[in-house]
Amino acid sequence: MAEPLLDVRDLRVQFPTDDGLVKAVDGLSFRLEKGETLGIVGESGSGKSVTSLAIMGLHHGSNAQITGHIELDGEELVGAPAGRVRELRGSKMAMIFQDPLSSLHPYYTVGAQIAEAYLVHNHVGKKAARQHAVDMLGRVGIPQPAARADDYPHQFSGGMRQRAMIAMALSCDPELLIADEPTTALDVTVQAQILDLIWDLQQEYHSAVMIITHDLGVVAELSDDILVMYAGRMAEYGRAEDIFDEPGHPYTWGLLASMPRIDEARLERLVPIKGTPPSLIDVPSGCPFHPRCRYADQTGGRSQDEVPALRDVAPGHRVACHLTADQRRTMRAALLSADASRAEAGTADAGAAEARAAEAGAAASPITGGDA
Amino acid sequence: MITFIIRRLIATVFLLIVVSMITFAIFFLIPRLAGQNSYQLATQYVGRNPSRVAVLQIEAKLGLDKPLYVQYGDFLKGIVLGVHYNAGTSVTYCPPPCFGYSFKSQQPVWPQMVSDLPVTISLAIGAAVLWLVGGVAIGIVSALRRGTLFDRFSMGIALAGVSLPIFFTGLLSLALFSYKWPIFPNITFVPFTQNPLLWARNLVLPWVCLAFLYAALYARLTRAGMLETMSEDYIRTARAKGLPERTVIFKHGLRAALTPILTIFGMDLGLLLGGAIITEYTFSLHGLGLFTILAIQNQDLPEILGVTMLAAFFIVIANLVVDVLYAFVDPRVRH
Repeated sequence: MAEPLLDVRDLRVQFPTDDGLVKAVDGLSFRLEKGETLGIVGESGSGKSVTSLAIMGLHHGSNAQITGHIELDGEELVGAPAGRVRELRGSKMAMIFQDPLSSLHPYYTVGAQIAEAYLVHNHVGKKAARQHAVDMLGRVGIPQPAARADDYPHQFSGGMRQRAMIAMALSCDPELLIADEPTTALDVTVQAQILDLIWDLQQEYHSAVMIITHDLGVVAELSDDILVMYAGRMAEYGRAEDIFDEPGHPYTWGLLASMPRIDEARLERLVPIKGTPPSLIDVPSGCPFHPRCRYADQTGGRSQDEVPALRDVAPGHRVACHLTADQRRTMRAALLSADASRAEAGTADAGAAEARAAEAGAAASPITGGDA
Repeated sequence: MITFIIRRLIATVFLLIVVSMITFAIFFLIPRLAGQNSYQLATQYVGRNPSRVAVLQIEAKLGLDKPLYVQYGDFLKGIVLGVHYNAGTSVTYCPPPCFGYSFKSQQPVWPQMVSDLPVTISLAIGAAVLWLVGGVAIGIVSALRRGTLFDRFSMGIALAGVSLPIFFTGLLSLALFSYKWPIFPNITFVPFTQNPLLWARNLVLPWVCLAFLYAALYARLTRAGMLETMSEDYIRTARAKGLPERTVIFKHGLRAALTPILTIFGMDLGLLLGGAIITEYTFSLHGLGLFTILAIQNQDLPEILGVTMLAAFFIVIANLVVDVLYAFVDPRVRH
């Protein structure tokens, strides 16, 4: 395997607080190849954003303790001089954030803010930087970019602001683009446009993209690989098809079940995952998911006592779960058939259910549910 | 931008008219509502043991016997055009802006205020420069070195500064630096045009004392604003671009943190221009503040009215200047 662009090994990010040590990221390892897209999925507080900020070296000013390895193109970032990380930031790795309005400075024009990002890493004049900013705005699909470059962020719509953020992030042609919940703050109609834009630009720039979200639907469209995080650890990792077709971790099942789907005329209610994400100060013993796991009692007490190791369930598909492969298969099958029967019970006539099944089969979408 | 300024100007004129109405009401309407008639009002203007003739003469001269709206019209007219007081036998002219004649000195109020104005302006501007530079600088450093010895020390001093009144710090500094070690002896106001050096030397202590009070407040405000701004998302964006920390702090952080301080600064300066009462009193500087105190002590109604109008005028104008500046600084206000 070629040298990955991003190689994260045993990353730990901890914050000492008055209440105790917050283990925001606890031994996370993953790789990202050039030009690939990795989706990181998990609930709030699962350590997704903390991980991305650690890669960017943006835990500045906080008391974060970062250990482990983050290698970008072979260069170690953990413990690297702040000045060196700063040089890489914006040029080799760039990031877009959740809320484009609060992420853009209200007092400077959009064009100036993009030009600033270009100027700091390139020895060019102000005019050239501005021209580059206008070009970038045009590339992310902002009409009349030369005129709009002189607008302030509040004069842009939400979707245009996120486009401007993307233009800013891509202005120095970074090899790694981290998108932290890039569509969460946007209208649903705009979300798809932004995801399309990220996809198109990735094809154009051949950047590796790390997309962080709590929405499996978002990563479904974009990702090559998916990393499911829970309580600062990896719960499951695999190719996107694996995660959607053969999800191995009960938590991933829960995420999938709680995801609204519009490709199927699903009539039953969404199934939320019971409980709340654990406190990262007092992470549950053993498997951190066990207090919320429906199958925790089937592991003979190991869930409570033993941290599940990551095991390969298929080539390149790893799951941190105590359940055996057989147990998983039976439970998953039971879950799906329960799903299906509930759906049929909710359907007014059986014809619709059949149509649904046929449609689901024909859609050949990566989101078709397992063995259904 | 120009329409914005014109709109604000029109609003300011209206505001000044409202201010004049309120001031007029305080001095001429409320006494009537409290049961005074125009004769009793006129009595105040005549002096001790007035004769009935003298009072009636004053009543007619000041127009107190006319209906209130006519009086208000005359009051406004006096400010804008000046007044011819017709005392029957003689006509005295009070040039605009006419706020009437002082009871005590029998002189028009306006020239007296004008002669006191340079003192107050010198005091206010000098102190403002000191506190703005000092307070903001300390605030920034405190915010950036949050929790360090410097932060704790300067915030402790700031707490003292906010808590200690001028008549304490002023008297203390006078006792120390004017009497015990006479570095700044014989503090009297020397006009800037006459001797700039002496002007500055004599104002150092009042400046420092007044600025100390405000600098403390501004240091705390700047620190809080800076801490808040530096945790904003756009600061994270600035860092994510790879900007040097200096640029992040001064170009992105300070710009946003200072904008609200501009508002408060304008208000404070406007307020001070109406007279730094305690400071002027403590240092015996004959500015508008001392003028106000003396006017109140003498129950000199025209003087009180004049200084009230002038102080209100300064605040309204400061408001206008701040609004316009704000539009320059914050694009969200412009559009």
